[in-house]
Amino acid sequence: MTPALPSDDSGPARERREAGIRRGVPFGIAVFVIAISFGVLARPVMGTVAPIVMSIGVFSGAAQFGSLAVLTAGGSTAAAIAAGVMLNARYLAMGLALAPSLSGRPLSRAGFALPTVDASWAAASRGDGTFDPWYMVGASIPQYVGWVLGTVIGVFAGGAIGDPRSLGLDALFPAFFVVLLFEEVRGRRKLAAAGGGAAIALGLTPLLPAGLPILAAGAAAVAASRLRS
Amino acid sequence: MTGVWVTIAVLALATAGLKLAGPLLLGGRALPAGALNVVELLASALLAALVVVETFGKGRSLTLDARALGVGFAAVLLARRAPMTVAVIGAAAVAAIARAIT
Repeated sequence: MTPALPSDDSGPARERREAGIRRGVPFGIAVFVIAISFGVLARPVMGTVAPIVMSIGVFSGAAQFGSLAVLTAGGSTAAAIAAGVMLNARYLAMGLALAPSLSGRPLSRAGFALPTVDASWAAASRGDGTFDPWYMVGASIPQYVGWVLGTVIGVFAGGAIGDPRSLGLDALFPAFFVVLLFEEVRGRRKLAAAGGGAAIALGLTPLLPAGLPILAAGAAAVAASRLRS
Repeated sequence: MTGVWVTIAVLALATAGLKLAGPLLLGGRALPAGALNVVELLASALLAALVVVETFGKGRSLTLDARALGVGFAAVLLARRAPMTVAVIGAAAVAAIARAIT
């Protein structure tokens, strides 16, 4: 049996991917609006082309907003990179979680793993520790389109939009994660993991560089896994 | 400007590396049952951490500003089964109003 490559367009794979795309559309709309705020904020610091290239190549709100914040504050390139990498360190854990659900050759596994973003990863979770890879890829597609398109609009319409903070655009990004959290948290073990994760991240934010408190919050999942369901 | 491009290139490669490390190194091998139990709960813990850091974080300090009101409003809307787009835009609207009147 040849393993299914992400370009495979056969029946069940295609169905799962299309179901994922439908699931991803509302995420894509939310991400589109958030990307506009990224474009608006990034333009004065990065110019017009760089923010768009960044959204195409990095495709990660947390890392892009995090490194932009460092650059805006006049921080060094190294500090901006460190912030972005730390904020995305959670992808290492998410990738480890995803790995057993991916079969096939390394290229095929890479093709499924690369489009991972928080919303798709959480949506593709089957709730038993396994993931639906085609569904995840599908759910990422509208978000990628929304993210890149929103950045373009933000960069070029930024002047007309004005100060993104006065429009409350900085509340969009955390609100998006509240949406994901509401969809994810079911039952007391997940509730305990969420509560513990929030407490760890709050407690460590003043102590550790940006991003590490989020990664450390994973410890709450370990602790909550010992609870009875 | 070079710094911006270096930041973008390194972050693009590092993000890809972080996403690919597990699937390429672990392959399709199954995780032990205990690890699966943790994986199931990982999203809840990481998403909750992202919410509080993005809502209350200001560099390496914590602060209470208009974002918290907006995010709180989004949570109320979601608890009342509002669609996600409404909740997200509602958060921005409340934060904007809070900033306009303070």
